[in-house]
Amino acid sequence: MAILKVNDLKVYFPIKAGIFNRTVDHVKAVDGVSFSIEQGKTYGLVGESGSGKTTTGRAVIGLESIYSGKVMFNGKDITNFGRKNSALRKDVQMIFQDPYSSLNPRKRILDIIAEPLRNFENLSMQEEKKRVQSLLEIVGLSPESILKYPHEFSGGQRQRIGIARAIAVRPKLIIADEPVSALDVSVQAQVLNFMQDIQKELNLTYLFISHDLGIVKHMCDDIAIMYKGRYVEQGTTADIFNNPQHIYTKRLVSAIPDINPRNREKQYHFRQEVQREYANSYNDYFDSEGLAYGLQPISDTHLVALPERG
Amino acid sequence: MRNKLLEINNLKTSFRIGDNYYAAVDDVSLTVNNNEILGIVGESGSGKSALAFSIMGLHTRAKIEGNIFYKGQDIANISPAKLNKLRGDDLAMIFQDPLTALNPLMRIGDQIAETLILHKPEMSQKQRKERVLELIDLVRIPRPEHVYEQFPHELSGGMRQRVVIAIAIANRPDLLIADEPTTALDVTIQAQILDLIRELKNDLDSGVILITHDLGVVAEMADRVAVMYAGQIVEIAEVHTLFENPLHPYTKSLLNSVPTEGQEKLHVIQGVVPSLQKLPRKGCRFAARIPWVDASAHEEYPELHEVEPGHFVRCTCYSHFYFPDESKEAYAHGNS
Repeated sequence: MAILKVNDLKVYFPIKAGIFNRTVDHVKAVDGVSFSIEQGKTYGLVGESGSGKTTTGRAVIGLESIYSGKVMFNGKDITNFGRKNSALRKDVQMIFQDPYSSLNPRKRILDIIAEPLRNFENLSMQEEKKRVQSLLEIVGLSPESILKYPHEFSGGQRQRIGIARAIAVRPKLIIADEPVSALDVSVQAQVLNFMQDIQKELNLTYLFISHDLGIVKHMCDDIAIMYKGRYVEQGTTADIFNNPQHIYTKRLVSAIPDINPRNREKQYHFRQEVQREYANSYNDYFDSEGLAYGLQPISDTHLVALPERG
Repeated sequence: MRNKLLEINNLKTSFRIGDNYYAAVDDVSLTVNNNEILGIVGESGSGKSALAFSIMGLHTRAKIEGNIFYKGQDIANISPAKLNKLRGDDLAMIFQDPLTALNPLMRIGDQIAETLILHKPEMSQKQRKERVLELIDLVRIPRPEHVYEQFPHELSGGMRQRVVIAIAIANRPDLLIADEPTTALDVTIQAQILDLIRELKNDLDSGVILITHDLGVVAEMADRVAVMYAGQIVEIAEVHTLFENPLHPYTKSLLNSVPTEGQEKLHVIQGVVPSLQKLPRKGCRFAARIPWVDASAHEEYPELHEVEPGHFVRCTCYSHFYFPDESKEAYAHGNS
């Protein structure tokens, strides 16, 4: 059974104008997105800045108010579960993008990691300290660091503190919003490896939001590509990378720099070709407003936004 | 025909912290030829941006030792007035963040014209405007006349970066330094900007120093690559050599930490990049990150060794290096 099911999710931001500050229009940040994630899997949400991927993640966890649509977690409707329903809140946690701004600089590591524990579990000071120390050990930091402050840690270490906080209450689903984009390559590797390890250990499910296709390819089982608030393509990692169907997906895939310098010319020509195809067949893939069409299945796992046939 | 455009000899850029000076760029020597892209890779804190700023003379309080010869003239030790004549004319720089590099209160056209006013005062106003429009068109911004009158906030990130490039190439520079020119941009825009830089290099026959942390970008763009770690160049080679036969442990580790086809586990480099003050000034600077390699493998004062023509590696530890998950024997076998 799917642990998370999102149905026709829409998140609109109002545009206000005039002397009465009335809502005159909406920005459709997320415009009809549906997906489901199986327990223990990693689902990648890819798109460029402004595509609505982060908003989708934030809406799922309740940080953005949902205009319409449904979010089901473990069979329960959590669409507007708000602050009250703490049992559900505990099961869904978030890892934020920027480890420099997501940790309160005036709190000690102990207090940062213990915050979710204090919200959801009644632990004595001793128990709490023990739990935090064991969490620090899980993320590979020394248990003595509980009395330190965030500024005493490097970027990678901070991101691991963020992860320790996210897994403190043993969630089932973690929404990871660009968890490594602020980090150097070698530190990136460390955090990604670590996320994979605890996934196996705790049977975690990830909603992995990223703009980096290389990393998404490495981490995810299924991938969705977003553009202007809509899906343009969804499928398994193999579907997306070996058989991209939508021109926008092709364009993204062709833009990834190849790590082998021998492929440089080939990659350049491929990119030029895709660019030409993009210019020529734009109208076949996008409607009059420049938005993607509805998704059409082309195989059991593979959905592509194409105009309806006939 | 490739000529030597820039030659840096034993450059040392130090910053004062408290009462002491600490070298962020420590004994760097390199050359750049025209019609060539030299890629400089390294992680944050490796000194790659400090190096770029030293070449451009943009550090205000740093102590700079060594020589930077641009076409035979030592620009590390010339008067600010002379340097100002070169900067923006012969030497130009593309900055990382296009929003902070542009003046928010100035129209795009005026910002591009500024460098022309400074270096080509003989141009008439009409000529200048024509040249600015030509430049906007050159960096593929649609509707040059319209953009000429716009302000930076009205443009997208990719368009802003194009404006920054237009300013940099306004006077057909011979040497272009691009400091993480695409880090703030989306991949599709990145591809366009990189293609643009490459085409401009070919058209102007200029030398380019491309600074980046992205190995993919280097693989796509550079002719030669220098890998920096803790203020020093640890390996420098022609791009194919570097990616196919990397030698320095740091280069190898970096390449192994990027996800590639069929890779299960990413390589993690142990420890952290030492801070400027705690940097070991003696011995191999990478030694602490590869503790399983015997201490005797390192040199006391690591130097760059030319292992094959044009391929330099610092310290002798490269010939004894293996990854901890592969046994020493397997490594020795693989090399025999």
